Amino acid sequence: MLSVYARRKLINAFNLTASALTTLLGLFFLFWLLWVLFQKGFSHLDWSLFTQDMPGPGEEEGGLRNAIVGSLLLTGVGVLIGAPLGVLAGTYLAEFGRHSWIAHIVRFINDVLLSAPSIVIGVFVYEIMVAPMGRFSGWSGGVALAIIVIPVVVRTTEDMMRLVPDAMREAAAALGAPRWKVVTDVVLKAARSGIMTGILLAVARIAGETAPLLFTALNNQFFTLDMNQPMGNLPVTIFNFAMGPYDNWHDLAWAGSLLITLAVLVLNILTRFFLRTKK
Amino acid sequence: MHAEITSPGRRPKGGHLGDRIFGGITWLSAVAVLLVLGAIVAMLYLGARPALEKFGFWNFLASAQWDPVEELFGGLSPTVGTLVSSLIAILIAVPVSFGIALFITELAPPWLKRPVGTAIELLAAIPSIIYGMWGLFVFAPWFADNLQPLLTDTLGELPYVGELFQGPPLGISVFTAGIVLSIMIIPFIASVMRDVFETVPTGLRESAFGLGSTTWEVVWNVVLPMTRVGVVGGIMLGLGRALGETMAVTFVIGNAHELHWGLFEPGNSIASTIANEFTEADGEIYTASLIALGLILFLITFVVLALAKVMLVRMARQAGRRT
Repeated sequence: MLSVYARRKLINAFNLTASALTTLLGLFFLFWLLWVLFQKGFSHLDWSLFTQDMPGPGEEEGGLRNAIVGSLLLTGVGVLIGAPLGVLAGTYLAEFGRHSWIAHIVRFINDVLLSAPSIVIGVFVYEIMVAPMGRFSGWSGGVALAIIVIPVVVRTTEDMMRLVPDAMREAAAALGAPRWKVVTDVVLKAARSGIMTGILLAVARIAGETAPLLFTALNNQFFTLDMNQPMGNLPVTIFNFAMGPYDNWHDLAWAGSLLITLAVLVLNILTRFFLRTKK
Repeated sequence: MHAEITSPGRRPKGGHLGDRIFGGITWLSAVAVLLVLGAIVAMLYLGARPALEKFGFWNFLASAQWDPVEELFGGLSPTVGTLVSSLIAILIAVPVSFGIALFITELAPPWLKRPVGTAIELLAAIPSIIYGMWGLFVFAPWFADNLQPLLTDTLGELPYVGELFQGPPLGISVFTAGIVLSIMIIPFIASVMRDVFETVPTGLRESAFGLGSTTWEVVWNVVLPMTRVGVVGGIMLGLGRALGETMAVTFVIGNAHELHWGLFEPGNSIASTIANEFTEADGEIYTASLIALGLILFLITFVVLALAKVMLVRMARQAGRRT
């Protein structure tokens, strides 16, 4: 039998070792994923990826040009709709209605929306846009992404504006500035880089979103800039190509995955850098 | 800030109007957030109504039938698949996340804290479709060749629960989906746990150390009891994510509508069923049944996420009171 003292030490050592091992396990999965992405995707990252459109079934040559352009467009529309709305709603929560009952409800609902299943948002946009208009379109994909952007931006905007000390608001008010001027010229300006960070985070979030695009933007094998048409985009292309039977489709899916992951990781690291220099 | 200004000098006249306009616009935007949620629920309900009227909500939920030809649908199999795969994910993710949070808050030397924390959070930033690709092409074959035979030979031999660990050696199964999901939610749970662990005042930790506790005893008897509500909130947050996850699951779950006891059998989840069948669904009842599944998913995740939020708010209040 071990003495109580030795047993406590043993339990401690065992559990702390286990804790270190779980951390290694988490890091191991991160590196495994990144390793696989580079191994399978890097060799296919060449110019033809950016200059040629998607190959059809059985076609040998091809790239992802239309999907890349489509993804940029959809992400752009999503951010252009979602970010202003999000910033304004965040402004209300931080400035005008800080303690009102409606702000409490909005905060609560916003946090729920932040993690709401994105596929349901796809179904919702299908019902309000695709079904009435009778066709899949880039616009509906953009709207679906915007609904995902809003809660992210609302949250960070409110947090960042609240970091601005009240003394600054009072100083501006004492100079005779009306409330709206205090908010736009003082608070928004002071919180600007933080809010930008939130928007970048939202971009990173929607860059890889697939589920809401499946029945809104759908996908398009051909190059188009027409937002009224189904629009090619990277995530759905990766999904279709990965599930498809052709080897060159799989290769392109890996190359696309690597592209998205790199973009998302760079955005994330950038935002971290932004926030750290701010503090 | 909130006091009325009663100075004798007159404020510029435009100010009041500008305030009302700008304040009104921000108010409208905030209300728009509420409207979006309301519209989602309303549209899901409207879209699901033909199916719910035909089958009845409870019958729909209790039936495992999925027959597009006869137009007979039931949501039991996807709902069970969603719950089971998320449960597996939580069972794996909770101890691992706890270990990671413990490592970052208590064990890691200061220079290591930040890089490790960032690396774990980057795991959360990777889009779910990448997890799906990796799961399908890399993890599932590896799992089928290595881990699954091992589990079938050991746990599969046990009485009663043995049946759970049987199935074809494909690696495409509810269990694989659970594992991939667990990797996805570990960073969420771990970072909430880390944050709430850090709210425990240093003085309390130090007094426990001063009484001769080991690091583990401090965590288990002091830190964890104090942060219990927050920890559970973090777990619920992870659960909410797992329930609604689509792409990672769709790749590896197998998309079969039969219900099995075996966890290594292919199955499906609500999100993967919608993702696979929505664009192909012809007929009002088929589409309505898929939307009804979406409604069920939304209601489940709403309840879970709302509970998570309530718990985390309670935790924040507690922490506020103490400091």
